Amino acid sequence: MHVPDGFIDAPTSAATGVIAAGALAVSLRGARRELDERTAPLAGLVAAFIFAVQMLNFPVAAGTSGHLLGGALAAILVGPYTGVLCVSVVLLMQGILFADGGLTALGVNITDMAIVTTVVSYAVFRGLVKVLPRRRRSVTVASFVAALLSVPAAAVAFTLIYAVGGTTDVPIGKVATAMIGVHVLIGIGEAVITALTVGAVIAVRPDLVYGARGLRQRLKLRVGGELVDAPAAAPEPAPAAARSHRKLWITGLVTSLVLAGFVSFYASASPDGLEKVAHDKGIDKKEEKHAASDSPLADYGVKDISDARLSGGLAGVIGVGVTVVVGSSVFWVVRRRRTASETAESSTPSSQAV
Amino acid sequence: MGAGHAHRLYRQGNSPVHTLPPHTKLAAAFAFVVVVVSTPRQAMWAFALYAVLLAAVATVARVPAGFLLKRLLIEIPFVAFAVLMPFVAQGERVDVLGMSLSVGGLWGAWNVLAKGTLGVAASVLLASTTELRELLLGLQRLKLPPLLVQIASFMIRYGDVITDEMRRMRIARESRGFEARGVRHWGVLAKSAGALFIRSYERGERVHLAMVSRGYAGSMPVIDEVSASRAQWSSALALPCAALVVCLLGWML
Repeated sequence: MHVPDGFIDAPTSAATGVIAAGALAVSLRGARRELDERTAPLAGLVAAFIFAVQMLNFPVAAGTSGHLLGGALAAILVGPYTGVLCVSVVLLMQGILFADGGLTALGVNITDMAIVTTVVSYAVFRGLVKVLPRRRRSVTVASFVAALLSVPAAAVAFTLIYAVGGTTDVPIGKVATAMIGVHVLIGIGEAVITALTVGAVIAVRPDLVYGARGLRQRLKLRVGGELVDAPAAAPEPAPAAARSHRKLWITGLVTSLVLAGFVSFYASASPDGLEKVAHDKGIDKKEEKHAASDSPLADYGVKDISDARLSGGLAGVIGVGVTVVVGSSVFWVVRRRRTASETAESSTPSSQAV
Repeated sequence: MGAGHAHRLYRQGNSPVHTLPPHTKLAAAFAFVVVVVSTPRQAMWAFALYAVLLAAVATVARVPAGFLLKRLLIEIPFVAFAVLMPFVAQGERVDVLGMSLSVGGLWGAWNVLAKGTLGVAASVLLASTTELRELLLGLQRLKLPPLLVQIASFMIRYGDVITDEMRRMRIARESRGFEARGVRHWGVLAKSAGALFIRSYERGERVHLAMVSRGYAGSMPVIDEVSASRAQWSSALALPCAALVVCLLGWML
């Protein structure tokens, strides 16, 4: 998916360049928090790993083979900020050294392949790990789903960029169908390999997997034939709030997915009440077409997927996914701000006491 | 390993292009590609002139044409995409050899092919006349964040080490009779990838300790500060300036 020069017009390339630069600045700061002063060598070595693993070919069948893109893998293994950084550095070096991806298209490539894949996969991963039982297996399952969604998400992002600044008037629906269709297949391979790789690392060095940090087992001592919890050196703040919400999370997510994906298969194809009334009374004659009616998800159907039910269901699932990602990021930001202000409040009196 | 620590794309030489400071070359290549991308696609002769300009640079740098053309092969996947364009694009259609092709699609394919090829040629010329270390110094000189440059330099330095480790694992697998033929063998390959990650990460920790024990405190010492004289800048920027003239002509005519 390395975009060459001339594929996306100059203003859009410049805009994505600005986005990429901003995201890189944020992740440089975030990576220092994830890796402290070891950032340079560790992120460099992880980037080298991503670079090498992209060359590892996985045979699919009958002579064809694919390779890993690595955004989801990086995000889960070393954290989202370092992940963005590593994949971006790989893309930068591929562009400058190997002429893989154009120099002016660097912004497009970084936005698409480093930022979107990593952010989407990490958001999905975090959400799933919260929802699933706290076991190692759920980390593997979560990384499967995260990687599965990250690749089509990059394809969607590419389609959007193409819709804004593509240099050819290929109908956007066709681009979307081709890109997303192919990348759903690629995503399946990516998902299997990512999950297996994360599983392999968890089996040997679970402490290295950034996404599995919450899973550390309490140390147990055998005292007189019985297992006793070792006295914790520094008791961690119990994630009570997160736990109590888990059931709610699961129910909400599953319900909305079921509703959006499956029930809409069987939903009535006739227009809903208001639309029907409007049609009967002729008041929709002057209704202007919605500004987004050309978008690939317009009228709740993925364009060019002819089976109406399948298309509606797919659009529903994608919609729920996007909503969950947006909603949880808003929630996350709000909660962070609240906890930050709380810690600030709680820390001020203690500092006065000292 | 016997070939020194130069990457495969670099071509040893002592031409005027090789001796230019790296950041001037980086800036020139980038500016050139920007100019090429913003040229209107109807001005076909402009792209021919760009190709002539690049050929002139290659002659000055004594990079043989065969070397350059072989490196251009990296573009092939997108060529395939460009070939598809005339068939799927909308709009006015023409008949060529009995096939109905879209005019817009043909222009689009030409646009991507011409600009993409020129862009790849410019990066190949840059990479074949500039050493890796110099490239990194040039990036630092161009005010890329130092941490990013450090990460990139570690990636470049250890890329070969990690790739070699992967190759050794492959040889170990193959010498035990393993042959990856299909989906059923993904588990083994993924375990190799996991092992590779652990090795890379642990190597990173060791490298960090080694650096700390040698006095690393967050920034790399710069031993050879590169600087460029006015003459060097002007000779490096001759390429994008000439391209800019062509581009302006292309807009006006």
